[in-house]
Amino acid sequence: MSFKPAFLKNESLSKLVWPLAALFAIVAFNIFFTPGFFHMEIKDGRLFGSLIDILNRGAPVMLVSIGMTLVFATGGVDLSVGAVIAISGALAATIIRPEYVRGVIEYGEAAPLYLVIGVPLLLSLLAGLWNGALVAYAGIQPIIATLILMVAGRGIAQLITEGKIVVFIHEPFQFIGGGFLFGLPVPIDIVAGMLVVTYLLTRKTALGIFIEAVGANPKASLYMGIRARLIKVAVYMFCALCAGIAGLIICSDIKAADANNAGLFLELDAIAAVIIGGTMWGGRFTVAGSMIGALIIQTLTTTILTRGIAPEVTLVFKAVVIICVALIQSESFRKLLTGRLAKAGAGQS
Amino acid sequence: MKIRLNQKNIPILATIAVFCLIYALGAVLYPGFLSLRVFVNLFIDNAFVGVIAVGMTFVIISGEIDLSVGSVVAFVGVLLATLVHDHGMHPIPAIAICLAFGAGFGCAMGCLIHFFKLPSFLVTLVGMFLARGLAFLLSLNSIPIKDPFFETLVDFGVQMTRKVWVPSTALMFVAVVFLGVFISHFTKFGRNAYAIGGNQQSAILMGLPVGKTKILIFTLNGTLCALAGIVYSLYTMSGYPLACVGLELDVIAAVVIGGTLLSGGVGYVEGTLIGVLILGLIQTFITFQGTLSSWWTKIAVGVLLFVFILLQRYLSSAYVGSEARPGKKKPEARPETA
Repeated sequence: MSFKPAFLKNESLSKLVWPLAALFAIVAFNIFFTPGFFHMEIKDGRLFGSLIDILNRGAPVMLVSIGMTLVFATGGVDLSVGAVIAISGALAATIIRPEYVRGVIEYGEAAPLYLVIGVPLLLSLLAGLWNGALVAYAGIQPIIATLILMVAGRGIAQLITEGKIVVFIHEPFQFIGGGFLFGLPVPIDIVAGMLVVTYLLTRKTALGIFIEAVGANPKASLYMGIRARLIKVAVYMFCALCAGIAGLIICSDIKAADANNAGLFLELDAIAAVIIGGTMWGGRFTVAGSMIGALIIQTLTTTILTRGIAPEVTLVFKAVVIICVALIQSESFRKLLTGRLAKAGAGQS
Repeated sequence: MKIRLNQKNIPILATIAVFCLIYALGAVLYPGFLSLRVFVNLFIDNAFVGVIAVGMTFVIISGEIDLSVGSVVAFVGVLLATLVHDHGMHPIPAIAICLAFGAGFGCAMGCLIHFFKLPSFLVTLVGMFLARGLAFLLSLNSIPIKDPFFETLVDFGVQMTRKVWVPSTALMFVAVVFLGVFISHFTKFGRNAYAIGGNQQSAILMGLPVGKTKILIFTLNGTLCALAGIVYSLYTMSGYPLACVGLELDVIAAVVIGGTLLSGGVGYVEGTLIGVLILGLIQTFITFQGTLSSWWTKIAVGVLLFVFILLQRYLSSAYVGSEARPGKKKPEARPETA
């Protein structure tokens, strides 16, 4: 789990080749075996089709993996995103129906949208602050520091909804998960917006380099005068914010808050997406790679569903894809492979 | 054979103190909490957690982590149930197949981690997906286990008093703990595990078989997971592919609360035993209390985890002293055989 300076020698673009190849392979499979996979149509100014559906369903994982990428770049990991998703959704639903958990069916006064969205996001930021403070100021290993919130967070979410599944109807809020904006489902717009913000923040300011410096060589960055702790806290807060937004999308999409199952295993999907995308612990990161990784996972899931295989079996395919990509990125595996090829080729380097 | 009261022993002493505190609190508040039966039940209900926790202790002592344990337990349960129920196989070869699978699975993960220098976190995450997916491939539903051999196995046990009876699963738990204590204190393999976790570079330079030990640790952990899967299916008399979701976190929590340092190199199997019992005690406490809901367990475990990790952090930084570096922290700790 230690960072390796060797990663820095790789060009970030060439690292995208393998994930892209994997994505194309899955898409190519669909060209031949899934009729109508590329079919897209515009109805009432809205775009429909399998590809749009993949983007839409993949939105939560994509959002979380944006934040996770930055956390990875600082040499950390955030296991608590699934729990933050559950907390954010539970809070939104409870604000809409505060009396529901006590058995009151009536809605009472309609909650204003800024409260329904604002309070959960604020609490998500607080969760991120907690994680960041534990990692940066208390100096706890990231896996363990975020494990605490992962275990306790789901309990807190259940505390908010008192273990019930809170169902609700709230037109403005449902727009987040089920509405259309600019001809696209709103979740896709949100992901696009977050991507633009992240790009501007990390590539048009020095922030991106600071994040990489903190992850690649904490000591050197300390001597350079980078406020490593502050950056770490900020990154964990950003990751939790992404998770909070994803929680709102999921909650608004299914019109219910399920504290037990919302965002379950999403942290693993996000971590897988980041690793497939080519970001490793500490140092160079590529948000574009993580997006490709998230798309690989979602396309795989959709493909399996359209093939009529039980959705639970997706896990096996996910495992195979992750281990293949990880192996290809592993230096010793490449050496082994090239060594074998060289022997077989006898003369080729 | 003297036990020194140094800083490395403080986490385990704190663990024992917490255990006694919760136990005393329960005894004062609720009549019947002190009974032998409640105590024995701690072992029965947490047998499968405890068996894995022993394996996980070695993994964490060597500075690695294993996230696949919950899935492996579920897969082994389903495999056992399928073999016995659907294929009519005798339980003994079925159990042997399950144990062999666990050992092979752990060994494969260990090889990937060692030979390709992949982070253990990533490899075992893949293992977690794979084992859970394979369990779903075998069956999407719960499969009952009805077999006379299993029934005799479940009925086997030791009668302690007229009312209290210790079944075979709890005995297995205790046996595995003893085995773990023996391996960690009295074998070369155990010493190597501590050495690797303390400082891998030094272990390599000392000429210790780092790769072999790491692979063996994961093989041991995989085998114990399979054993825990068998214990779990004896406990529930069925195999269910969705069983034990999130178990890995409980196990890691138990190991940490038991005083094993997550940075590797320091820890005791004995502490893990108490860590598992503390988790069980919290559960029992909440059951006795009656009005608290089950999610309070998660919150309580989270809070305990937090306190213990802070304690560890404080101790390890005090241990390293002023040399504490901003990034990686590896206290150069060596095991003390008490």
